[in-house]
Parts: sequence; structure tokens; C-alpha cells
Amino acid sequence: MRTLFARASVPFLILATLLLARPGMAEAIEIQRVVSPGGIEAWLVEDHKNPIITLSASFAGGAAADPEGKEGLAVLTASLLDEGAGPYDSDAFRRKLEDMVIGLRFNARNDSFGASLQTLTENSDEAFDLLRLAMTEARFDAEPVERIRAQIVAGLKRNENRPQTIASRVWWRAAFPNHPYGRPSSGTVESAGRITTADMKAFAKRVLTRGSLKVGVVGDVTPERLGVLLDKTFGPLPENGAATPAVPAEPAAIGETFVVESPVPQSVVVFGHRGIPRDDPDRFAASILMEIMAGGFGSRLTNEIREKRGLTYGIYAYTLPLEDAQMIMGGVSTRNDKVAETVGLVREIWADMAQNGPTEEEVRDAKTYINGSFPMRLTSSRPIAGLLVSLQRDGRPIDYLDGRADRINAVTMTDLKRVAKRLFLTDELTFSVVGQPKGLTATAPAPESRS
Amino acid sequence: MKSRMIPERMMLALMAIAVLMIGGAADAKVYEPESITLANGMQVVAITDRRVPVVTHMVWYKVGGADEAPGETGLAHFLEHLLFKGTETVPSGEFSRTVSRNGGEGNAFTGYDYTAYFQTIASDKLPLVMEMEADRMVNLTLDPDEVASEREVVLEERRSRIDNSPGSLLGERTNAALYLNYPYRRPLIGWAHEIKALTRENALAFYRKWYAPNNAVLVVAGDITMDELKPLAEKYYGVIPARAVPDRNRPMEPEQISARRVAFSHPQVGQISWSRRYQAPSRFYGESDQVMPLAVLAEVIGGGATSRLYKALVIDQKIALSAGASYSGSSIGPGTFFFYAVPAEGKTVEELEAAFEAELAAILRDGVDVQDVARAVKSMKTSAVYARDSVTAPAHAVGQALAIGRTIEEIESWPDQVGAVTQEQVMQAARAVLGTPAHVTSILRPKPAS
Repeated sequence: MRTLFARASVPFLILATLLLARPGMAEAIEIQRVVSPGGIEAWLVEDHKNPIITLSASFAGGAAADPEGKEGLAVLTASLLDEGAGPYDSDAFRRKLEDMVIGLRFNARNDSFGASLQTLTENSDEAFDLLRLAMTEARFDAEPVERIRAQIVAGLKRNENRPQTIASRVWWRAAFPNHPYGRPSSGTVESAGRITTADMKAFAKRVLTRGSLKVGVVGDVTPERLGVLLDKTFGPLPENGAATPAVPAEPAAIGETFVVESPVPQSVVVFGHRGIPRDDPDRFAASILMEIMAGGFGSRLTNEIREKRGLTYGIYAYTLPLEDAQMIMGGVSTRNDKVAETVGLVREIWADMAQNGPTEEEVRDAKTYINGSFPMRLTSSRPIAGLLVSLQRDGRPIDYLDGRADRINAVTMTDLKRVAKRLFLTDELTFSVVGQPKGLTATAPAPESRS
Repeated sequence: MKSRMIPERMMLALMAIAVLMIGGAADAKVYEPESITLANGMQVVAITDRRVPVVTHMVWYKVGGADEAPGETGLAHFLEHLLFKGTETVPSGEFSRTVSRNGGEGNAFTGYDYTAYFQTIASDKLPLVMEMEADRMVNLTLDPDEVASEREVVLEERRSRIDNSPGSLLGERTNAALYLNYPYRRPLIGWAHEIKALTRENALAFYRKWYAPNNAVLVVAGDITMDELKPLAEKYYGVIPARAVPDRNRPMEPEQISARRVAFSHPQVGQISWSRRYQAPSRFYGESDQVMPLAVLAEVIGGGATSRLYKALVIDQKIALSAGASYSGSSIGPGTFFFYAVPAEGKTVEELEAAFEAELAAILRDGVDVQDVARAVKSMKTSAVYARDSVTAPAHAVGQALAIGRTIEEIESWPDQVGAVTQEQVMQAARAVLGTPAHVTSILRPKPAS
């Protein structure tokens, strides 16, 4: 699914390409491929307007690879890497970050593990060195381990009775009873208590490797200087860790409705079904169709359910192409006596799109929006750095964005009608409802927690 | 979602960020905005950042939830929703549709002191959104069925944000306890029974009373200069005649003399939490020279993992899982100094509160460390450089400041102001604001679902 990362061996090779977000754009953003003397690759958007450097890095392997019974390992590790490393204990490390106003954070997703760094140019040596220390010499001292663990447990307790949390957990538990996606990625009160320092050290060693590293950098740094920083920062990482094998999965609950009774005035609904892979040739058609279905005001869901009928403040739907399973997910909240009507409408709108496809006008508007709105993702450094990483993670060529508008414009009405049938599977929609919905019958009992 | 409001809690957080963000490098330039005033009294501001051919276009009205009459809570916010419901030339729903059809994104939000509408869009589409925004400044027509339907949307919004969330329900009651007379005591989104009673006529009356060019600030940030903006502003907004707009007559608070406690238990609460609030001066209320020292104080005693309270309560005494403080003083009415903490496993909220009070007493008695003040001041000044790395955030920060009555000069001199804060000023402000038993303590507890 993802092209394997091939590390360029040419020392310090810089290739440049032009990103034309839309024709006639006043200024283009240039993505450069930087390969350090030590052979570490990064994609760079050089921008010297502000004295700021922003880095985003990503590694393969995330919460889905947490061992059974130790759910939350990736999340806990992410929270501890910046709580003391090398010669600095937790307090000294945090002080260095605060005094130099360096933003350093790690995050664990289902399928990947990320690092982000933002620093003023004048502090960049120290900032990159703190990132290196956190990745390679995190201390996991007892005090921060227990403190952060207790904070995560408190967060889990705070969330566990929220209708939104329950609705989502029930949905994923039902859809993936035997796959890690069916577990809460931040763990449970019990599982968080079982994670040891040895587990976290092993996790860091396995995941933080050069083999799966992707780096995006934006800001006040030249390719030459970045090459030096890359070697210093990522050079010490091991080449490869134990591989995380993909375990493709299909959602198990199909066309079900689950209801969890809760004494709230408004029911919270989560819905969804399988989607299409992220490398599917139909993905451009799918993005146009999702924009028409759920792209905010003017989209079918918002128009029918909020604007015409006042049934909700917000309804949303999105594609979620995970590594092992590709999903279309959505959600809506409405007062208890309107849940049945709202769920019925979602089904009707889904079925109508599958059967009849979009209108010419909808397609024209969606294409203009998708192409025209793209530069808005480039108005600050963090999203640009994130985009540079996700392009690499998806195995796209460096000039991928140049053809972006053409690929959207090339989608025909015939494509869209065909893909609509493939994308909107009304009979497969599974709903998870938390509240006191009136007139809505569950088709099966909501699955209990696994642990 | 579009046409949403930002509830007060988040607004406070945003203000705190805005206070932090409105800063700059040592040479004391921040956003370098250019400002002019049109003949009809509308202020027009350009903030140039040409890195991407995109602009953020915002119109800020100097009216918000605190300007509602008693009994009509939620009206400012309801009107904000209704501004998407059409004029003679742009029918209901067309505003947002036109923006997105042109590759842009838009939204709106309501605060206690302002209401703002904004779009981010390719810079060559700026005239289009200016034309539509100017149109709905004066030409709103409201279909009664649309009003009725949107009232249901707002009630759903209230259920989502407040009624389904015990912490938000407690927050509403806490504000009503903290502010005895000032309208910040009323929920921005409105009490449910008052939202239900809001009419089309209420909304139109409020609109005609407050929406006028001389009561608005236009901010355009991004791929724009004042030379380019001025003719457009004159063409679209300059032709709207000025209108008499009432003064914002806000009531004053009586003296705070007593401690108050608000406790709430709910089966949905999974984790006990504690907070305490003090009324504080703000930029336009009370001793405004304490605003900068209070911002520094919040950073020193409660701004992060190296702050005084975190170290004392979380790391050393292990009586709390988390603890911190924040201050919001960027408002027309009184500000708030806010403390929060979560008790550690096996510790009661009473033990936590006693430990907090002992630490606060020690701070007020012995003072905070001079070095800690210097560190906080330095990092606050430095952090301001990051504020420039965005098109939308500067528009937001500058617009918010101008809408409550601050000046460009004040925004631009923020780094100098924070840089001048001394330990002595910090302690003087701390003792003035926190050295009183008149505060509000809020406790949120789990309740077994019998």
C-alpha cells in the first residue's frame, strides 16, 4: 500500500520542484528534497520571513501495535519522552524548553508515531539537540512516569462517561472485535496501570528508527544547515527496529444499530461503514463526493438535517483511511425525540446519493472548492510541515501536488456515479447511539468492553 | 461547524492566548498593522503577509452578549446565526455557499464584548466577500420559518455544548456566582427558556441598534496592503451611512465581600475537579495597570510544569494530578484570575484545597522569585515571534483587541509593556487581587448512577 522508503545514497543531493497550488498563483511554494551527508532525507519548504524553524517527523507503528493488555503504551510513551532525557531530569528538561520557548511534542496515532518541533532560529542547535535526547536518551524516571500515568488515568476517567466517548467506543468495539482498532488507543484505567518503564524503552527502540522515518521542515533554514541538523538529530537512531506487520481487517458490525441508555437531553450518534483504500484510483472521485455529502454548509447532510429541519447544530462525515482498514465515519447530535428521524434521514441521503449520484452543479462547486481551498492549508508552518510528512508517508512523488488540480478536474460524472454506489453503502451503515432515543430500536446489544 | 459561537470558557482561553501572542521581538514591532478610518467611521486595518495568495477577511462588531437586555440572553449569538439567513441579493444559505464555491472558508463567533464574521479565501476573491459582508451589515431580511428553524439549531447547540456537559453546566452557575451584577454572569449562548422566547423582531431590533459601519472594525490579513485594501473598503463599506449607535452602558460590580461555593455532582462526571476564581481588573475595568503584572503572575505561579503551583502541589506534595492558573484581562468588563487542580488518587478535594491555600498564602506572604519573574517575562516576549507565523491568528488578535477599544499602538508595544514588568509590580497586583476571601470555589464530582 505504501511505497517502501528508499534512502538516497547520493551525498547531499538537493532536488527542487515547484508547487503550484493553483494556476496564476502569485507566489509558489517550493518543496526541496534534502538528503543529509549521512543519508537522511527531509522535505523542506525554505521560508526566511520569520526566524522560526518548524519540523514534523513521523515513524511507522503506533497505538494499534500496543500489546494486548497494555493498551495505551504508545500514548504514555509519547507523553514521557519530553519528561527528562540525557543529563536533564524532568524539571531541567521542561525548563530548557520553556526558557527558549521551544515547542517539542510527541504524539501517538493508531498507525504512526510523531514528533514535532518548533524553535526560533537562534535556539535551533539546542532545540534539535533536545529532540535527539528525547528520542535516544529518554530517562523514564519514576517520578514523571507515575505523575504522567496518573494524569492519563484521570483523563480517561474524565472522558469515560461522556456520551461522545461511549458512542465512539461502542462503534469501534463492535466493528473490530478482534483487531486493535477495536480497543481504545489511549488505553484503559487498568491497562495504563500495567505499562512498565521497560515496555516504554522497548517501544522507543522498536519504533524510533531511521528505517521508517519521514521528515518535513518549514522555515528559516538552508538545505546545507538542515543537512547538518538532520545528521546530528536522527543519525544516532538505529537503522531498523522490529517490523509491525499489517493486519488487514474488515469491519464486523454491518447495518447494526446499538443503543446505550444515558440520562442526557441530547443523544449522541456515531455512524460509519467501510471505505476505500488510500491508494485507490477512485480516491479523487471519493473526495469530491465526500465534499458534496459532508463539506459543511451547502453540503447534503448539513442542508437537509440542520438548515432545512433544525435537527442539529452539527453533522459531519469523513473518510478515515487507516493502514489496516479504510472507513467512512460520521456523527450527529440531536434531542432524544428526534433521533429516529435524524438516523432515517442519514440513511435516505446516503441512499439517494448512491442511487442517483451528485448533480452537475454540486460537482462543479465541489471541484472549485477542493482546488481553490488548498492554499489555505499553507498559511502557517505547522500544517505545511504536516503535509510534507503525509505526502512522504503515502509514498507520493515530490511533485505530486503539481498535478493535484488536474486530477480533481479529470474526474467525470460517469466516474462519480459509479463511485457513489461504491462509497455510500446504506445497508452497511452502523449506528451507535448514546442517550434516551425515542422510537429507535437497537438491532443488537452494545458490545461490552474487552478488558 | 459554521456559524458557531465560542463559549465563554474557550473565549477566556483564547483571550489568554491572544494576550500571550500579542507580542514581538525585542525591537518591539509585532504585526505592523496599518490602520485608517473611513469617512463613515469604520476602522480599516491591513496586516500584510504575502507568503501565500490568501487573505483572512474579518468584520468585528462592537457588540456582544454583555450588551443584551435582561431576559433576552442569547440574542447576540442568535443574531450571529441569523446573519447567514439572507438578504434581498444573497438568499439564505448563499453566503456560505458562495464562499465555498470560490474555494474559501468562513465562520462567525460571538463573545461578550464583540461579534465577528470572517472568511479565508484566495486574495483575488476578496472583493466578493467584502461585497457580501457589507451587504449583510444592513440588508438582512429574515423569513419567519427560517428564524424558527434556526432557533432549534441554537437549542441543539446549547444541548451539545452545555446541557450534555456537566462541567459546562457548572461553569454557567460559577459565572453567575462570580459576577454579582455585571452581564458576564449570564450565559453567552443564553438560558434555554430565554432562547426559546427569542423572536425575529428581537433579532432585527438588536441588529438595527448595533450593526453599523461606525460600530465595526474591518481587518484583512495576508496577501494585501493598505494601498490595495483602501479603495475596496471605500467601495463596499464606505458607502454605508453611519448611524447613531448607543453607548455600551454596562453596570458596575458591587464590592466582593464573601466567599461562595458552587458544587455539582453528576453521573456523567468520571473525575473530580476543583477550581477557584477571583474577580480581577481588566484592560478597561478597575486597576488596569495591574493587567500586565497579573499576566506575568499567572505564568509564574501557574503557567506550566515548572510553575510554582505545579511544582508544589503536583511534584513535591503529590496532592494534585495537575494544577495551574490563568488570567484573562482582555475585556471591557471585569477580568478573572483562575486556579484549577485535580486531586491525586487517595487525596480529598478538601486536602487539595487546604494545600492550595497554604501555597497561595506563602506566595502572597513571601513573594515569588525574582528570577522566575525574569524567566517568565523573557519567554512571554519571545513567544510572541510565533504569533506572526499565521495569516488568521494575527487578524484574530488585532481584531479582538480593537473591538474592545484597545489601540494599534498598544498592541504593537506589548513586548515593551511585558518587558517592563517587575517582581514588585507582580506582588503588588497579586496581593491586591488574590489577598481577599471573596472568591468562588467550584467543585465537580462524580455521582453514582443510582
